[in-house]
Amino acid sequence: MSVRVQETDFNVGEELAKLTSDRVDIGALVSFTGLVRDVTGDLEALELEHYPAMTQSALEKIEAEAIARWDLDASLIIHRYGRLEPGQQIMMVATASKHRKAAFESADFLMDFLKSRAPFWKKEHGLEGAEWVDAKEADEDALKRW
Amino acid sequence: MKIQVVYFAWVRERIGVPKETVETEALTVADLVAELVAREERYAAAFVDMSVVRVALDQALVALDTPLGETREIAFFPPMTGG
Repeated sequence: MSVRVQETDFNVGEELAKLTSDRVDIGALVSFTGLVRDVTGDLEALELEHYPAMTQSALEKIEAEAIARWDLDASLIIHRYGRLEPGQQIMMVATASKHRKAAFESADFLMDFLKSRAPFWKKEHGLEGAEWVDAKEADEDALKRW
Repeated sequence: MKIQVVYFAWVRERIGVPKETVETEALTVADLVAELVAREERYAAAFVDMSVVRVALDQALVALDTPLGETREIAFFPPMTGG
């Protein structure tokens, strides 16, 4: 069970291996990795601002809620901040459980809450200037299904 | 009382500083917003539509009508876009 907020990159394979090392009771490991995408070809960088005094505790609260709802054997949230380029990794979540349903559902839950309840803001720097990414109504609506 | 006010993303850009200490007698978040808006145009620009501004008191999200109480730090920011 851990949360890391960092500027540096991470290695998904190594992180997943660490989660399950020395464990024989885990039957399901689910992970999600978010990447900086550039669909139109004019994104130079994505700048991630956050609220340092709040970020760690907000993420821990979301993780604790997942642990309370599902029978998890391990979980991990890593979220980066700073300037990221297209193709680079922004964040990852991983959840491990005896069975796949708990692992899939809890990972989905973590992602929905990270979207709208983790104090990060994204600014897109493109060829035409810079613009803040607006929150989507659908992201807020997604919380209601939990 | 003195309260530390912090701003993020476009709220920070419109106000022009990332943080400041404010002397206020406001009882609630909404009172403080009204007080700042009356002070200077840049606050009015940031708080023109409070439906797109989120507020945290001592790092916990709250509604606009929340009393400030013993709050040490209040944060104003747009809806979050994590993940």
